[in-house]
Amino acid sequence: MPISINPMMMRQIIMDHYEHPHNKRTPTSDKYLKINMNSESCIDNIDVFLLVENDIVKDCCFDGIGCTISTASTSIMTDLVIGKSIQEAYKIIENYRKMINEEEFDEELLDEAIAFINTSKQASRIKCATIGWNGLNELLDESKGEKHE
Amino acid sequence: MINYEKLLHDFPILNNKMQNHRLVYLDNAATSFKPTIVLDAIKDYYENYCANTHRGDYDIAHKADVKYDESREIIAKFLNANKNEIVFTAGTSMSINMIAYGYALQNLKADDEILITEAEHASNVLPWFSVAKEIGCTIKYIPLTKEGRLTPENVKSAMNSHTKIVAIAQVTNVLGYYVDIKTIAKIVHEFNAIIVVDGAQSVPHFKVDVKDLDCDFLSFSGHKMCGPTGIGVMYGKYQLLKEMIPLMSGGGMNARFNTCGEVTLLLPPQKFEAGTQNIEGAIGLAAAIQYLNEIGMDNIEKHETELRKYAISELKKLDNIIIYNETAESGIITFNVKNVFAQDAATYFNSKGICVRSGQHCAKILMDFLGTVATIRASLYFYNTREDIDAFIDACKKAGDFLDAYFN
Repeated sequence: MPISINPMMMRQIIMDHYEHPHNKRTPTSDKYLKINMNSESCIDNIDVFLLVENDIVKDCCFDGIGCTISTASTSIMTDLVIGKSIQEAYKIIENYRKMINEEEFDEELLDEAIAFINTSKQASRIKCATIGWNGLNELLDESKGEKHE
Repeated sequence: MINYEKLLHDFPILNNKMQNHRLVYLDNAATSFKPTIVLDAIKDYYENYCANTHRGDYDIAHKADVKYDESREIIAKFLNANKNEIVFTAGTSMSINMIAYGYALQNLKADDEILITEAEHASNVLPWFSVAKEIGCTIKYIPLTKEGRLTPENVKSAMNSHTKIVAIAQVTNVLGYYVDIKTIAKIVHEFNAIIVVDGAQSVPHFKVDVKDLDCDFLSFSGHKMCGPTGIGVMYGKYQLLKEMIPLMSGGGMNARFNTCGEVTLLLPPQKFEAGTQNIEGAIGLAAAIQYLNEIGMDNIEKHETELRKYAISELKKLDNIIIYNETAESGIITFNVKNVFAQDAATYFNSKGICVRSGQHCAKILMDFLGTVATIRASLYFYNTREDIDAFIDACKKAGDFLDAYFN
């Protein structure tokens, strides 16, 4: 996706993922790793779920209450990481964080997530735009830890 | 009348910008701005008589003692209390914790009851939860009217011979209704119980007279009334303060002690003030109160009432706004923009230079009562103007396009 993507498209992407979030569900299987991301300072309260098999993100989903920014950014994140290797998932998260922090990043890896490129202009939304991503990062760490045991 | 030109001079921050717009601060229920005169009083302490209080053997220590003492006197007069009934604390939360642990925990038994409401702030809920658990006693909720109001009739219906404490806010922080403490105090005392009043949202905004109300305890925070953070007050009737046990022990609160562990405590209020106190805070709060007195608490209340009326009448003209507390007397306006998540709307207000708060406002129970997970709160103070309201209303009109905040 080119960086010249216009604000109208970004807006559409965010609203689509807010109104019709992808992978917003609580899995019934107990094989999933789960983390609750409950923001202390806002209303966001979401669970992120991860299923890893053979170093591949087999599934990633989320559920709970969140604002437009947290819901849409988490929805896009799940689309991006499903089917990727753990290392690729880390790389996507790393690039997303770089974008949020206004550092150089690889836009090819982020696809629709580039809609959040302006987050730093509204500093109070950084937490919203990263809450799901931080949860996934912790779950990925956890999945590696378990394998080493 | 409030002189806005003077306010612009008194509060330099009112001249600031945020997101390239004139700063419009409508989060006064969270904290208030500080006039220069308060900062000057604090600076004066540090620059000219920076010494610890109690038993100073030299001039500047004596001055610190005098100023600290004067501060207590100014606050006592402001509330129509006696000086020895004013205990300095870190704020409302600490005051209520001191009452819960120092009074309730010592005096209540397992079959006693504590009454609160679903509209209380966490600081007037959780301390009671904690001590009730230790005592094994019960916490009950006084029913609210459909509108969310607390009435004397409802208090009466909830009282019984087991009720020992009624802990309620004089103005609740989400719905902003005035509560008739005076009438409720009479009812509570008829049952030989005590009334603990959370004054965090009332003391900054209108005249509160503890003798007239006949409340047993009153707590409030300095920072919501132009004072610094970290200073607040626990008012208690002297007899109750004498019966209470201090939450903290240390220097400055005991008369003498020996190695066998026998301690003689000082009298209230000193017995509650262990360790070096927040001296700058006390001095700053007193300066803030003198400033409020100069404007006049009645003028402050009148200004806020009129401004709220104007805001509500303008908001009602908009069909994309849901107001949750239309009839409230205080300057608190709780609302939502239709089909916009509260936090998304609040960010939009930010992009227009307007400070409002989204969230559950620490009154999580109340949100179950209102049937919504989140609201936006705009809360006024005497330095707000019609111009502020106009900017706010203009943003309300366009808040449906909240993602503009993200892309402009």
